[in-house]
Amino acid sequence: MFRRLPEIETASSTVAFTIDGRPASARAGDSVAAALLANGVTVCRNTPVSGAARGPYCMMGVCFDCLVTIDGTGNRQGCQVRVAPGMAVETQNGKREVER
Amino acid sequence: MSAQGSKFDFDIAVVGSGPAGLAAAALAASKGASVVLLDEQAEPGGQIYRAVTETPVRDRKVLGPDYWHGAELLGPLRDSGATHWPGTTVWSVARPREDAADGSRPIQIGLSRNGAASMLTVRHVILATGALERPFPIPGWTLPGVLGAGAAQVLLKTSGLVPSGATVMAGSGPLLWLLAWQYLQAGARIDAILDTTPRENWRAALPLLPGFLRSPYLGKGMKLMLDVRRKLTVIGNVTSLRAESGLAGGKGGEGVLKSVVYTRNGTEHRLPADTLLLHHGVIPNLNLANATGCAQRWDEQQRCWRPTTDEWGATSVEGVSLAGDGAGIGGARAAEEAGRLTALDALYRLGRIGREQRDQSAAPFRAALDRALTGRAFLDTLYTPAEAFRVPADDTIVCRCEEVTAGAVREAVRLGCSGPNQAKSFLRCGMGPCQGRLCGPTVTEVIAAERNVSPAEVGYYRLRPPVKPITLAELAALPKTDADIDAVFKH
Repeated sequence: MFRRLPEIETASSTVAFTIDGRPASARAGDSVAAALLANGVTVCRNTPVSGAARGPYCMMGVCFDCLVTIDGTGNRQGCQVRVAPGMAVETQNGKREVER
Repeated sequence: MSAQGSKFDFDIAVVGSGPAGLAAAALAASKGASVVLLDEQAEPGGQIYRAVTETPVRDRKVLGPDYWHGAELLGPLRDSGATHWPGTTVWSVARPREDAADGSRPIQIGLSRNGAASMLTVRHVILATGALERPFPIPGWTLPGVLGAGAAQVLLKTSGLVPSGATVMAGSGPLLWLLAWQYLQAGARIDAILDTTPRENWRAALPLLPGFLRSPYLGKGMKLMLDVRRKLTVIGNVTSLRAESGLAGGKGGEGVLKSVVYTRNGTEHRLPADTLLLHHGVIPNLNLANATGCAQRWDEQQRCWRPTTDEWGATSVEGVSLAGDGAGIGGARAAEEAGRLTALDALYRLGRIGREQRDQSAAPFRAALDRALTGRAFLDTLYTPAEAFRVPADDTIVCRCEEVTAGAVREAVRLGCSGPNQAKSFLRCGMGPCQGRLCGPTVTEVIAAERNVSPAEVGYYRLRPPVKPITLAELAALPKTDADIDAVFKH
């Protein structure tokens, strides 16, 4: 669980996006992974191997545990993509699906 | 993209815009070379100066003066005329099969930018790929809620996010203490720090103390550590750790972190935790160098693989040099100076400056590099993680991507598997999207311990491009020559 430092909460411009269809908001400049954590979502996906839940681990693009579906494209690294207005972020179930 | 009348797009490409890359690109371009700085992030700074241009944490005392030093590297880059391509992922660095007609030896860089792949032709490449956190394999380290301390620091720098709920930090090394101190400045909650520094490390490190007493980090480090120890609960001599999704006695619900179990003086204790931040130092991020064919060696003192370089950062591959932590851990200030030395040598190799000018210009940078590295041996030795954390028990997942345990690796060794590349074929460890970044060092050490030989003898994964996943569609859209098409259709 993560929270925003109070002085930032008040000063920042917010971005509206969705997590699995639910409305959510983040700070402009947040990565998708940071935006998920700021919204209390710690589980990004479950693994194709065992189905275990995973969340962001390295936040620098090396661990690939924060893979999510962004605007219909699967296997995006949540920590490497900035959240944008209207973006549809979906937690990912196992492997990336064909055509997504 | 191509420079006029030349088949080279740039003289020099620098990969990575942390301290080494920023300094190298600025110096090389200021001497008249055409330079492109390629970086995966949207803003320069690398991980150590991550978001230094735009961090929402405006109160300078939270992140501290060492962080804000990063901003001073940006002006020289801007003034140098170097081209900066942020948001660019480099997935390959290679020499084409044949030299050019005029005998020059170009280097081709495969990159992905704005969702499209392309190739870039340059004369020289400086890899400044930096460091990543050393894998910290404990049971449960894959649970959501468990992150690297470095990851948590990225969240603070880029987004002003700090843990809420019960928070435990565990491990050892300067970054763990720095993050704790930054959290204190920010008013964040930390329930406990579990210090895993082995008691016996002090004995090994003490003879190296005189060197550390001259280190520029000594004063800062001591103050920071005393501050943290005065204000937070620090539990020392922790010899084992486990992250669990259940509370004491109960079963876990959704498979996320609920508690941390640690052993101290032979007794197990349990702490409730919503967030566990792990750290056991950093190691070179060597995937690109390895896939480029650069020779590497096992560093016993830093207990990691590092690409082999000379005093100018030149690797075993002609035209490819390496600067900063990607060549061996020395810290941000050392990386900056190493970047400048590497740039001078690249200019010399390209015929832009003479040997004498290179050596003269290098003198102040080399002196500064030596200063920055003073006392490093003490830190390396003191903060070497205990064997139990480098060579974990059988039930611990070592390869997060393919969910391969240490026990499975040992079983493969008993079946005759002698090194990481065979283990990969046996078990798929290192074959997932992270390409061994999170398991490679552990797999090497587990096999070495099981065979009772040195890690140097066991070796490391042989990596191949692309070093970051790209889609087939991106690859297929690359421009093709007649020779490329013939190679596919005529055989």
